[in-house]
Amino acid sequence: MKTQPRIVYCHCAYAQVVPADVKQDVLRRLTESGTSFDAVADLCEMAARRDPWLAGVACQEPTQIVACYPRAVKWLFSSAGAPLPERGIRILNMRTESAETIAAALGTAADEDA
Amino acid sequence: MSAPLVRSLRVVLYEGAGSRSIPDADRFAMMATLLQGGYAVTSVRTGSRTVPEGARTPIVVLGRFENAPPREAESDSAAAPIYFRDIEGVDAPAIASIVESVHAEAGTGRPGGWKPWFPVIDFGRCTNCMQCLTFCLFDVYGVSPDKQIRVQNPSNCKTDCPACSRVCPEVAILFPKYKMGPINGDEVREEDIHREKMKVDISALLGGDIYAALRTRSQESKQRFARERDDKRALEERRKCLNKLQEQLDVPPEVLAALPSLDQIRARTERAVAAAMQGPTPAGTEPQ
Repeated sequence: MKTQPRIVYCHCAYAQVVPADVKQDVLRRLTESGTSFDAVADLCEMAARRDPWLAGVACQEPTQIVACYPRAVKWLFSSAGAPLPERGIRILNMRTESAETIAAALGTAADEDA
Repeated sequence: MSAPLVRSLRVVLYEGAGSRSIPDADRFAMMATLLQGGYAVTSVRTGSRTVPEGARTPIVVLGRFENAPPREAESDSAAAPIYFRDIEGVDAPAIASIVESVHAEAGTGRPGGWKPWFPVIDFGRCTNCMQCLTFCLFDVYGVSPDKQIRVQNPSNCKTDCPACSRVCPEVAILFPKYKMGPINGDEVREEDIHREKMKVDISALLGGDIYAALRTRSQESKQRFARERDDKRALEERRKCLNKLQEQLDVPPEVLAALPSLDQIRARTERAVAAAMQGPTPAGTEPQ
C-alpha cells in the first residue's frame, strides 16, 4: 500500500491574489473530506521568517501543496532554506484552477494511493 | 534569504481517538477564522498524527475530548510544549479567543501584521548578474559569502513594488503576490524574455551609463567638484527618472515618495557596484 499523500493548503491570507471563492471552496471541501491535512495562513509569510515547519514539509513525500504557481512555491521553499525534492511533490494552483479541478486532483491522488 | 527566526504557535484541530467529531460547518468556520488570523492549523481526522512533522514550536490541541487528552498528542511533546483546550460547545470566534490566550501564554511570535511582499529568486534562471543588487535602492539584496546574489533584507522591500523583477534580464525574480505573470511565478515564455518593456536600462534611469560613469569618476572628480552644481537640472532629471520608473516598472507612488536623495542613491550605487564587481570574482582573486 502506498503512503497517503500529505496535503498542505495555503490560505494566502495577506493578499487578494487567489480568488476568494476558490480558496474558500477548496478549504470547505478539504474540511468535509474526512482527510487529515495541514493548512497555513500564508506560505510567503512563513518563508519570509524561515519557519522550520517548511523543512518538515520538504522532507516528507508524497505531498500535495495547494497554493499558487508551482514555480513560486518551489522557490519560496528554497528561499526559506527548505528546498522541495524534485519528485514526490505535487503543487496545485488555486490562482488558475477551479475548486472542482483541485478537489478532483486531490481525490484522484487519494484513489490512486488507496 | 535571511530573517529572524520566530517561534510560532501551531494549532491542531483534533478529531482522532478520544475526541468527538466536529460538525462540518463548524470545522470549516473554525479553520477559516484561525487561518485568517494568521495561524497554521492541522486538521487531524483519523490516525494518530497530532504533531506536524518538522514542528518544533508550541502547539495547542483543540478537541471535544471525551476524557483526558489523547496519548498520541502527548508522545511527541519533548521538543516543544503542547497545550490542550476543550472546545465542546465553543463557536469559531470563541475558538480564536482561546488560541489567542494560548499564544500569549506560550510567548510565541505574533502572526501576520505584514503583507509578505519580498522578491523570490528563481535560481534556475538567475545568472548572478547583480542587476537587482545594483538597482534596488532599499538594500533588499546582498551577496552571500560564496558570491551568490541573495535576498538579504526582505522586510526592506516596498510593498507592491515589483521594479527589480522588471529590470532582471532573465525574468528570474518573482513576487508571488503580484497580479500578473511571469512575475507572480507563472511560467516564463519566450515573449516575456524578449519583451523590451521588461528590460529597463537602469543606467538610463540614473541619467547615464553608471558603470562608465563610475569608472571615469575618479578621473573627472577634480573637474566635477570644481564645477558649479546645477541643482535645478539635477532635480529635473530626477523627476523625469521617477516618472519613468512609475510608468515602466509599476512602482507605487508611496515607494517613489520614500526614495533616498540623489546623493544617497549615488553613494548606494557605488557600494552596490563594488559588491557586484566582487561577486563573480573567483575565490582567491583580488578584485580589479
